[in-house]
Amino acid sequence: MSVPRTWRNRRALYSLEGSKCQKCGKYYFPGRTRCLDCNTSGLENHNFSGTGKVATYSWVYTPPKGFNNRIPYCLAIVELDEGPKLTTQLVAVEEGDVEIGMPVEFSFRKISSEGDEGVITYGFKFRPKNYPNHLKKK
Amino acid sequence: MKEIAVVGVGNTKIGEWYDISLRELTDEAISKAIQSANIDPKEIGGTFVGSMSSGIFNQQEHLAALVGPHSGINAPAVRVENACASGGSALRVAMMAINAGFYDTALVVGVEKMTDLIDIGDVTTALGTAADGEWELGVGATFPALYALIMRAHMHKYGSTLEEFASVSVKNHKNGSLNPDAQFRKVVTMETVMNSRMIAEPVRLFDCSPVSDGAAAVILTAKDGAKKYTDDPIYIKGSGAGTDHIALHMRESLTSMQATKRAAETAFKMAKITPKDIDFIEVHDCFTVAEVITLEDLGFCKVGKGGKFSLDGETALNSTISVNPSGGLKSKGHPVGATGIYQVIEIFHQLRNEAGKRQVSKNDIGVTQNIGGSGASCVINVFSRGA
Repeated sequence: MSVPRTWRNRRALYSLEGSKCQKCGKYYFPGRTRCLDCNTSGLENHNFSGTGKVATYSWVYTPPKGFNNRIPYCLAIVELDEGPKLTTQLVAVEEGDVEIGMPVEFSFRKISSEGDEGVITYGFKFRPKNYPNHLKKK
Repeated sequence: MKEIAVVGVGNTKIGEWYDISLRELTDEAISKAIQSANIDPKEIGGTFVGSMSSGIFNQQEHLAALVGPHSGINAPAVRVENACASGGSALRVAMMAINAGFYDTALVVGVEKMTDLIDIGDVTTALGTAADGEWELGVGATFPALYALIMRAHMHKYGSTLEEFASVSVKNHKNGSLNPDAQFRKVVTMETVMNSRMIAEPVRLFDCSPVSDGAAAVILTAKDGAKKYTDDPIYIKGSGAGTDHIALHMRESLTSMQATKRAAETAFKMAKITPKDIDFIEVHDCFTVAEVITLEDLGFCKVGKGGKFSLDGETALNSTISVNPSGGLKSKGHPVGATGIYQVIEIFHQLRNEAGKRQVSKNDIGVTQNIGGSGASCVINVFSRGA
């Protein structure tokens, strides 16, 4: 991944910073300056609580470059409690553990790497809520 | 809109053509189209090239200047890029140019030469650029995975089954087995599809269209001059396009495409038709779920029932509506930027009763639906024989 791109997105990647419209109350992730609903400008930054639920998911067996350290991995769309959705990976889960509607929470993780000696990108992934006590009793 | 005619078409067979270059592919398609329209290349006013990602696939941008002059067409040329909807979008831009009065006649070429990239991870990344680079591809999404997210959501919301999705692949392979230009001309069974290698669960290999090389070209002209080139022109009766957020997670629905609905609304209104009037359609089945959702979005069946509609055989050749008589992207192949033009060429042959063993019996109105990305872009065109 491009270093400038990761750097400029660091607040969103590392701490789920987005924005909130002070007028209509709509939240955005990633953040933006103008509300698409009410056209208000100068939206304020907002740090998301980091909890949400799984809207849909897949187990990826054929990754793009830089994502092959754990195959398969779980890709999901998570709907944050404040409303916006984002695409992310789920961690601390095995195939069969994940279901739509499952509560999840933010987790700071390694996202991708450019080979053994290249740049590593860190950022958000999501794990079951209340990790590590999330697993159903067998 | 001034009515526009398609007066000549040409394409390469679709396949993995390791010994043929991009410019050789386009030259074959253009040469056939010129011959088909029996046109003097000097009469072509403008060239429009649809291609998604030649910069990544072939280390080659500036395709408009490469493609036209290499085939002896020195008309002003421009490339149009709209991911997998590049071909359909190039066609629309050419129609706009003719309507604006810039040209009487235009050449539209779609091309993708994907097999210059050998590493499948590189191909996956290249195709991934049609998604949101920072917030989808950048966190580990791939195209099969994005459509898997859609498929899972559809199964959860409507109870659609793996068998229903697999039936799309089986039907398209059956049609493609009758198409001499198709990449895969083999009939497959439900078992083959449902037991194929996992790509992005629940999407398996046989839910996916292949990596392909191919070029396709059509010649458009204003209606008034069409008979000069052929006794049997086909006419574009309506055209529509839709655009939505590039990222799937930003869109209103995970199980329906607003871009398709918007494109259809415009195109059907312009052509003064309803879905019931359509005899056959080439839809963008880059993954089986895309065809299922398209059937629902276009109103051929109830929302959530696209898979059952397919499994029940309603979309087979010469049934309720013939969907993808060419074999679709799944079997015919999917050279991404060329696909929208291949779709038009299938309609051209079907409307002129030239489609051989896969000829549809009801062929008054044919439609193309060309999707870009995971549903952010869509182009729909309506065609018929009558002016």
